Amino acid sequence: MCLGIPGRIVEITDAARMTAMADVSGVKREVNIACVAEAEPAALVGRWALIHVGFAMALIDEAEAAATLEALRHLGEAQETLEQIAESARALS
Amino acid sequence: MRYVEEFRDPAAAKALIARIGAVAEAIGATRAEPVRIMEICGGHTHAIFRYGLDRLVHEGIEFIHGPGCPVCVLPMARVDEAVEISERPGVIFTSFGDAMRVPGTKKSLLQAKAEGADIRTVYSPLDALELARRHPDREVVFFGLGFETTTPSTALTIQQAAREGIGNFTVFCNHITVPQPIKVLLDDPHMLLDGFVGPGHVSMVIGTHPYDFIAQDYGKPIVVAGFEPTDLLQSVLMVLEQNRDGRAEVENQYGRVVPEHGNPVSLAAMADVYEPRPSFAWRGLGEIDASGLCIRPAYAAWDAEAKFGIGYGARRARDVAEPEGTRCAAVMTGRIKPTGCPMFGTECTPETPLGALMVSSEGACAAYWQYGGRRGPAAAE
Repeated sequence: MCLGIPGRIVEITDAARMTAMADVSGVKREVNIACVAEAEPAALVGRWALIHVGFAMALIDEAEAAATLEALRHLGEAQETLEQIAESARALS
Repeated sequence: MRYVEEFRDPAAAKALIARIGAVAEAIGATRAEPVRIMEICGGHTHAIFRYGLDRLVHEGIEFIHGPGCPVCVLPMARVDEAVEISERPGVIFTSFGDAMRVPGTKKSLLQAKAEGADIRTVYSPLDALELARRHPDREVVFFGLGFETTTPSTALTIQQAAREGIGNFTVFCNHITVPQPIKVLLDDPHMLLDGFVGPGHVSMVIGTHPYDFIAQDYGKPIVVAGFEPTDLLQSVLMVLEQNRDGRAEVENQYGRVVPEHGNPVSLAAMADVYEPRPSFAWRGLGEIDASGLCIRPAYAAWDAEAKFGIGYGARRARDVAEPEGTRCAAVMTGRIKPTGCPMFGTECTPETPLGALMVSSEGACAAYWQYGGRRGPAAAE
C-alpha cells in the first residue's frame, strides 16, 4: 500500500473530476491525476506516473518506470498490486 | 536473492558495497560496535531483506528497522473500532487488503467478514466512493490508513465527495505522520542511532524539510532513498560518509521522484481536510503528540468518528499494549530483533499472526520469517 506502481496514462476520462485511464502492466485502471496535472491534462497522455492507491503522485521517465517495476516484481509488490486492482473491480460489481 | 549478479546493475552494486566497506573500515565500524542505521519505511525493510543487503554490506553496519509500516503500528483498539463500525446495520466497510488480517483484541476484519459483516477489500478510496454512488441506501465507510503517502488520496476523495454532495460516504481516519515518532525514538536514551535512511514515497509528498530537525536538533544524518537495491546502498554510503566527515545533513538520494518541497497539490488537500490530533496511539510506542490526523469540522459529514460516535473524542475501545507473550513493542522500537521474541516462529507465524509485524510484508517479523535475518532465526539475541 505504501509502494506505488508505475503506469502509463493513456486517456483523460473526466477532466473535471481529474481522472484518467492508466495502463498498469497491461491492466487498465482509472486513476486520479490531480497531483500531477499540468495546465492542460491532455498533455499527460503518454506520460509515465508513479501511482499510489489509484492516485498518480509523481511523473517519472520511462527508464525509471521500468527500473521501479523490476524492483517491485522482485519484492512481489507488483503482482500484489495487480491482484488488489482486480479484487477491487470485483468489489464494485 | 543474495547474489549481486541478480541485481539490475551488478557492477554499480558491487562498487557501492566496496565503497561502503572502505568507509566502514575508516570509521572503525565492527560487528561488536556497529554503525546503526534505521530505515524508517517498511518498504525499505522489505527491500533490504529481499535483496539480502544486510548480509552483503560490511559487518560493521547494522540495520535497525523503524516504525514505518502503517498497519504494524495501528493500535488494536482501532481495529476493534473498525470491526464495530463494520458490524453496524447497513454499513459497507471498505479497506486496503493489508489491514484485513491485523488482529484486534477480539477479531480481525477478516474474521468479522466471515461472521457476516459486509467488508470489502478495495485498491483505492476512489473505489469506496464509487460504491457509495452505487449504493445510496447503504453507509460506505473507508478505513483510512497510512502515512503521508496515502493521506492525500483520502483527502482528495473526501473533497470529491463534498463537491458531489455524497452523504453516505465516510472515512474512518487513522492517518499518521512520519516525523513525530522519529523524534520519540531520538529522545529515547536507549536508542543509539547513527543515522537514517529516509522514506522515499512519504518524502515525495512532504519533501525533505520536515526532517531538518533530525540533522539540526539531533545532529544525525538522514538520506531520503529510493527502493532499488542500488538506491539503498547509495543511501547507506551517503549516511556513512556524513558520519566519517562529522556532518549531519538532510540529503536526497531519490531526487528523481522527491522534490525538495514535496507535492503542492497533495499538501494543499491534506491541509484542507485534516488537522493534527492532540495525540494518537501507536502500537509499541504509545501515545505520541500530534502524530495522527483527524478530519476537520468543516468535513465532519464525511468523518466516520463523528457519524458513528466512536474513536477519539467519543467512546473509545479499550487498548492493550501488545498480544500476550509477544515483544512487539521492543521489536517495533528496534530494541530487539524479531528473533529475540519468544513467540517468533513458534506461536506467531504469517499464517497465524499474533502481532501486526508478522501480518504485513512490510513488517520486520514477516521479513525475518520470509528471508531470515543476518543472525538467523536459530540464534538468540
